[in-house]
Amino acid sequence: MPAPRHKAISVTPILFIEQVLNGLQFGVMLFLMAAGLTLVFGVMGLINLAHGSLYMVGAFAAAAVAGATGSFLLALVAALAAAAAAGTIVELVVIRRLYHRDHLDQVLATFALILIFSEGTRWVFGSFPLYLNIPDYLSGPVTLPGGIEYPLYRLAIIGVGLAVAVGLFWLVSHTRLGIRIRAGESDREMIAALGVDISKLYTVVFALGAALAGLAGALVGAIQSVQVGMGEPVLILAFVVIVIGGIGSIKGALVGALMVGLTDTLGGVLLPALFRLFLDNSAATTTGSALASMLIYILMAVVLIWRPRGLFGVAA
Amino acid sequence: MSREGWINALLLAGVAGVPLWAWAVDEPFTITLATRAAILALAGVGLNIALGLGGLVSLGHAAFFGIGGYAMGILASHAQAYDPIMEAPILIQGTKSMPVIWLVAVAAAALAALVIGALSLRTSGVYFIMITLAFGQMFYFFAISWPAYGGEDGLSIYVRNGFPGLNTLDPIQFFGLCFALLLLALLFSARLAKAPFGLALNAARQVPTRVATVGLSPFRLRLVAFVMSGAITGLAGALFADLNRFVSPTMFSWQTSGEIIVFVILGGVARTCGPVAGAALFVALEHVLGDLSDYWHIYLGLILLAVVLFARGGIVGTLAGRGRAHD
Repeated sequence: MPAPRHKAISVTPILFIEQVLNGLQFGVMLFLMAAGLTLVFGVMGLINLAHGSLYMVGAFAAAAVAGATGSFLLALVAALAAAAAAGTIVELVVIRRLYHRDHLDQVLATFALILIFSEGTRWVFGSFPLYLNIPDYLSGPVTLPGGIEYPLYRLAIIGVGLAVAVGLFWLVSHTRLGIRIRAGESDREMIAALGVDISKLYTVVFALGAALAGLAGALVGAIQSVQVGMGEPVLILAFVVIVIGGIGSIKGALVGALMVGLTDTLGGVLLPALFRLFLDNSAATTTGSALASMLIYILMAVVLIWRPRGLFGVAA
Repeated sequence: MSREGWINALLLAGVAGVPLWAWAVDEPFTITLATRAAILALAGVGLNIALGLGGLVSLGHAAFFGIGGYAMGILASHAQAYDPIMEAPILIQGTKSMPVIWLVAVAAAALAALVIGALSLRTSGVYFIMITLAFGQMFYFFAISWPAYGGEDGLSIYVRNGFPGLNTLDPIQFFGLCFALLLLALLFSARLAKAPFGLALNAARQVPTRVATVGLSPFRLRLVAFVMSGAITGLAGALFADLNRFVSPTMFSWQTSGEIIVFVILGGVARTCGPVAGAALFVALEHVLGDLSDYWHIYLGLILLAVVLFARGGIVGTLAGRGRAHD
């Protein structure tokens, strides 16, 4: 999912702004993944490694439907529906047996789910990557103020991601479902005693997180190829995001996602340029990009030394 | 001897017996499989010290496994090219000698575990899982993007490294070496569990406040356990690289971390020989199911799911009954 990195000799202001936009686009995608993870952990106390598989399911559903119908909108709907359906089934069959287990069992069972999902997808779709095309009305560059040319599709992703973030904040703070989610986070026995069907609530929250992951998979699928195993690198970055932001906090997920997206993208451009000031060109590129690939983990370590529960985390 | 003791003895006899039988009937491939199982078991024994005794769910042990592998790869590749690793300020040559490589692998993995542990152990629970995972990924991406030692392609070694007095090219002799190291590690972890340190660590897993009250630092106990755990997994990494005569960033990948956890859980957490049972079963499944279907990971996933949901305590735990199972 990282945005393409330019092998430029010098960093011009236009390149810098382009990379900031790439970082934002990467960040909002990470937010779609991290929001589901953090909700599921906050409400149910579950660590779900199989979240990346739901991202993959969304991408494959979108690619299959786009291939059959040619419609990108239908493909997005299919991605949301398929990921939500897969999430619901997995929650009903496996996940709900894990809520009262320790984290080790949760890690293992969801690791097993990854194996099943990945190999199952390989079985159905084969090992070759699928491609999802950007629709005509979103392809090509647009000219931004200042004469910067930027792909319209990536701008659209930023727009969709921010819209989902606003919608999610509204859902959690202003709707009855949101009240129940927040109540479930703070005291699950109490809201069960008040007559809320807690197991139905859990299924809904899990399906919501799955749908967001599926949407992210479909949107990114049009930039990258759709293939088995595409979910895990993103899953791990989403973990970094929620560790930085504080587990359980949607605000933390948004801030963390943008920090990780910008750090990763800008680091890939700026660090080699920085090293070029005092190293020769090839050594600078090597050292700079090796260090840049580790940068977000260094960021995470720094945040944790400063705040072991993340930026917006509450004491567990 | 307790029931678990009998199971352990049978298990070890099996792991040693299969390759001896294969040697007698001249089936070198089976010996290689058994060697693989013994090495993976050693990695699991390492993790079991952190996971079983210390209750530290590390999803980043691939970092130590890979460091061990690269210690072997870097030393041996310099030796085979007659190209010193460093000339100034002191001359450091590569080496093809296993004991030296093991020492470097253990030291490097222990040092990495000290740094990763000191940072990660500031947190606990789910944060700890995610942070160790992220540190593992950090090494993975570094190995991919650092071209000096093969980058994404990894490093190949032409001839297996040597051990004084043995011919390591002979599969059964190399197996014997790996099995002896596995036995040493098992002995070490069994003694550790009964030693004052192990008891204190176990107590720190269950009631950290009480341990702190009697004047021991849970953080320091966990850190020492994490370092020992990483060092043993690093040794396994060096052996694994030697078995394949190849290292690549895959050794650092998070699937590797997941598989090492799988060995421990399949066998039984905090059981001395749990990782041996788990790794042996894993290698057997990989071989048998891999022959039956290209999609054998589906069956592995289903078996794993069944063990987690229904057979808590793993193989040794199910056979030996409730003993020192992780609660």
